[in-house]
Amino acid sequence: MPAVEETVRQVAETANQKYKYGFVTDIEQERAPKGLSEDTVRFISAKKGEPEWLLEWRLQAYRAWLEMPEPDWAPLTFKPIDYQQYHYYAAPKSDADKPQSLDEVDPKLLETYEKLGIPLREQEMLAGVAVDAVFDSVSVATTFKKTLHDAGVIFCSISEAVREHPDLVRKYLGSVVPYHDNKHACLNSAVFTDGSFVYIPEGVRCPMELSTYFRINELNTGQFERTLIVADKGAYVSYLEGCTAPMRDENQLHAAVVELVAHDDAEIKYSTVQNWYPGDENGKGGIYNFVTKRGICEGRNSKISWTQVETGSAITWKYPSCILKGDNSVGEFYSVAITNNYQQADTGTKMIHIGRNTKSRIISKGISAGKSDNTYRGLVRILPGADGAKNYTQCDSLLIGDQCGAHTVPYIENRNRSATVEHEATTSRVSEDQLFYCRQRGIGEEEALTLIVNGFCREVLQVLPMEFAVEAQKLVGISLEGSVG
Amino acid sequence: MLEIKDLHATVDGKEILKGLTLSVGAGEVHAIMGPNGSGKSTLSYVLSGREGYAVTGGSVTFNGADLMEMEPEERARAGIFLAFQYPVEIAGVSMTNFLQTAVNAHRRARGEEELDPLAFVKFARAQARELGVKDDLLKRPVNMGFSGGEKKRNEILQMAMLQPSLGILDETDSGLDIDALKVVSDGVNRLRRADRSFLVITHYQRLLNHIVPDFVHILAHGRIVRSGGRELAEELEKSGYAGLVEAA
Repeated sequence: MPAVEETVRQVAETANQKYKYGFVTDIEQERAPKGLSEDTVRFISAKKGEPEWLLEWRLQAYRAWLEMPEPDWAPLTFKPIDYQQYHYYAAPKSDADKPQSLDEVDPKLLETYEKLGIPLREQEMLAGVAVDAVFDSVSVATTFKKTLHDAGVIFCSISEAVREHPDLVRKYLGSVVPYHDNKHACLNSAVFTDGSFVYIPEGVRCPMELSTYFRINELNTGQFERTLIVADKGAYVSYLEGCTAPMRDENQLHAAVVELVAHDDAEIKYSTVQNWYPGDENGKGGIYNFVTKRGICEGRNSKISWTQVETGSAITWKYPSCILKGDNSVGEFYSVAITNNYQQADTGTKMIHIGRNTKSRIISKGISAGKSDNTYRGLVRILPGADGAKNYTQCDSLLIGDQCGAHTVPYIENRNRSATVEHEATTSRVSEDQLFYCRQRGIGEEEALTLIVNGFCREVLQVLPMEFAVEAQKLVGISLEGSVG
Repeated sequence: MLEIKDLHATVDGKEILKGLTLSVGAGEVHAIMGPNGSGKSTLSYVLSGREGYAVTGGSVTFNGADLMEMEPEERARAGIFLAFQYPVEIAGVSMTNFLQTAVNAHRRARGEEELDPLAFVKFARAQARELGVKDDLLKRPVNMGFSGGEKKRNEILQMAMLQPSLGILDETDSGLDIDALKVVSDGVNRLRRADRSFLVITHYQRLLNHIVPDFVHILAHGRIVRSGGRELAEELEKSGYAGLVEAA
């Protein structure tokens, strides 16, 4: 597997580096004026040449956003966000004449990806992964279009989908996360600039893993990605999302929305490695990551599986959820959340059991180091009609050092007597015995910690696609640098 | 090769080693015997650099280097291997992953190329076969659910792969039945070489029937009270510690 070896080589090269993705590529941006208003929303919609219905939808979202209070359940500490200080639209100038192949892509962009360890060409050749690469807000390259096209799979930017597949977008956009769902989702709905759209037709198994790399590059550009994935009856798709961001001092706002729809017998596997800039060791800078991710198992026997490795961001506020509406549908949530220095994470899931014999499984591994705070917050709700519903939840927390916090906040609401809900939770420390055992074998202290923590997360890492798993293990090490010794 | 001079060490402020002196030459096998609480395990931890074991006096040089100045991993890479009395469990980390990480850390320190996963697995399997250890042990998480015998055999396997110049066996015989003891001892005997020394720390003489030492030292109250050849161990077997320690 040369692609894996390539990754392994990159892992070796990045060992012992500080946040390696801390650089800014100098490419001229075409920006919206700073600040948020109806005019901003209209500017974005006009820039994208959107139909009237979408502009109306955005404006409704904007008006809802004005009224709505910030969510306040998470014990997160940060200065109130000044929404007027952000730019809400930025696009590389070359967007006007969009490249048709990688050869036409701005070499500077390609260089950026290579610095990120995402050599598109090599991936194209070796990994069999189609990449819809988002550089700031506009997609610049989409590979493997033909293979996907032949299979009948639609995989494109959401802007393109609005133009090319308006009926599908109109039918599903906001159907899982309505524009008024929460303040951050309102904001996203009003000003989203790009993201991915995937439609897998009935009976089709997507012939490759679909992957999008997100990246914030322009100073003061809030990122508002919108992703919509629909798996029609009997379809299957595995989607990978990975993020890196350059180092900077100002806080950046990121409020993405992801919606998944699985029809009868369909399965969607959604994997994320999130590595936004977490701020420096004194808690300065870093991304605010306020994400709304939700999937609906609309049809019978459908399945949605979320896997996330969250190592970045100054603040993570994120609860990828499943609405288990179809009978016998299955929801899964596998999560590793690592916080170090002054990072704060409040993450978990919601499993809403509506249909009969619906099942959910939650495996959460939280690792706290430095002065960070890491909270698992999860809701399991069994509605009266969910006969025979089953949930299993396991939340393990690992503490490194004595100045960090780990919290587990499970909410369980069961309104059906035939349902089974299980919850297990543990909290432990990395033991001195384990560290010494590793060091006595010649393994340095930080490498030993990485090894032990990767072992702790194994149940989650092993459900990631292979290439992603290697990347994730590398991130575990980078995230914990400086937390021992 | 290993020179310990007038070594004093404390644990939680209490002095455990009180002027221990010992010289180990290349290829020699030294047995350290002593009653409970005499400082045997403390000696192994002080040599390997465990936190919490404070050296308050004396010196230890290893192949000419001041051992006490080195981090535990540096000592390991310099050739000191401790076979633990109680090997530690690490959930989710396979033996293969653990050992590959360790072997490559040693190789990096020597300026050698790291072994890739395929080359490593080949190497590990060959070593395991040599020592009569089943392959599947390499796939299991480090020491998780291992029997007492498996844990000790696993320590010897690790020693074989890391090829130290000094192997310290800390009560390797504890908790082993006679068959397991024989397997483990055979493993150690295979690893004996002219340029590899051993410190065999044990409470009982029976291990020394299998791993025959060149020298035997009796440790009591934090210092070596008697030294001799292997016959000293037999004498000990007959008279017990009480007689010998009192006499000293």
